[in-house]
Amino acid sequence: MRLIRVKYTKWYNILKDGISRNNPIVVAVLGICSALAVTNKVENAIAMGLGVTFVIMASSLTISLIRNIIPQKVRMVTYMVIISTYVISVQAVLQAFFMPIADALGAYVGLIITNCIVMGRQEAYAVKNPVKYSIVDGFASGMGYTFVLVVVAAIREILAFGTLLNVQIMSVTWERWVVMAMAPGGFFVLGLLIWGMRELIKYYEGQEQTS
Amino acid sequence: MKNIIEIIISTMTSQNIALVYILGMCPLIAISTNVKNAKGMGIAVVFVVTLTGIINWPIYELLKTTGTTNLSLLVFIITIAATVQFLEMFLAKFSPKLYNSFGIYLPLITVNCVVLAVSIFFVNRDYNFIETAAFSFGSSIGWMLAIILLAGIRQKISKNSYLPKGLSGKAIAFIILGILSLAFIGFTGLSIF
Repeated sequence: MRLIRVKYTKWYNILKDGISRNNPIVVAVLGICSALAVTNKVENAIAMGLGVTFVIMASSLTISLIRNIIPQKVRMVTYMVIISTYVISVQAVLQAFFMPIADALGAYVGLIITNCIVMGRQEAYAVKNPVKYSIVDGFASGMGYTFVLVVVAAIREILAFGTLLNVQIMSVTWERWVVMAMAPGGFFVLGLLIWGMRELIKYYEGQEQTS
Repeated sequence: MKNIIEIIISTMTSQNIALVYILGMCPLIAISTNVKNAKGMGIAVVFVVTLTGIINWPIYELLKTTGTTNLSLLVFIITIAATVQFLEMFLAKFSPKLYNSFGIYLPLITVNCVVLAVSIFFVNRDYNFIETAAFSFGSSIGWMLAIILLAGIRQKISKNSYLPKGLSGKAIAFIILGILSLAFIGFTGLSIF
């Protein structure tokens, strides 16, 4: 009984940390490219978030399984090959069944390979820990990423198109903020969101080095 | 020839890969705390992106003739990793001075999305060899411009201003990037949508 409880807390903590205190975007500021580029519509953000979550979980599973036989020196290349295999399969599935979303995401699906979150979780967690925790950890990081993506996308979509998931939210006379659908809007919303979240979880960066 | 000049100018300004396509953000945010490091990283990126663009083009032609273009992502990423590794070894052996100045940034470049993105973009846009070379060179120069501009502003801000605690560091970098990006989009106007 006690064993189960300990396990429960560990699983719960991994999950909670991935979403708040260790949130990959807010605290570590990783994986920003896709977070900004695909968040002008909520549906794109959800698709991207699920894609990344799947890739993290699948590659964590694989790397954690073979962690004892990966040679130390070539481990980066090994991660790359495993990750890109899963990314290619995600791309193939999107193109086969969800063509409009695949078109909207464009090159950014392929760029999941170089998303630092995926690589970061493999190097920091999966390569040292047993399979079941690695999967939970991958899931937690993926969910933290998806959460930020969806929040940013919701703000941008409402301001830029007056809609949420293609349902009209603002009145029809709403003057669209065109800039929110483009790159600068993403930068502003994400910057302010990071500020707000950091105030909430009380995470502050130390004085920057200026040498 | 006219086309080449157009590609170089537009990739440096109105189609800037960092500020308009929002690529290569992780190193852009992480290494832009001072101008010296930003310059080192920028030069390393120009080298690697131009080189891998030129190498990946014939490889993609090879994939096309054998009908295995669905594996292109995997092949590109291996080429990039190999090129970076090779460049690092080459520099360490033949030019230790250059190696010391930007050798430390080289391993980081493998996970810089700009490198892979350039390869994906030339595939999507059907560029020929010369256009690919111009595109990869122009894009990397544009990226270097962005990181040096950002680093200059951040360096000033961290010395001479009183920011709220939560905003200092990386959060303010995003706001600065937003303003920079607004300026770069201003080259073509705001009427895309």
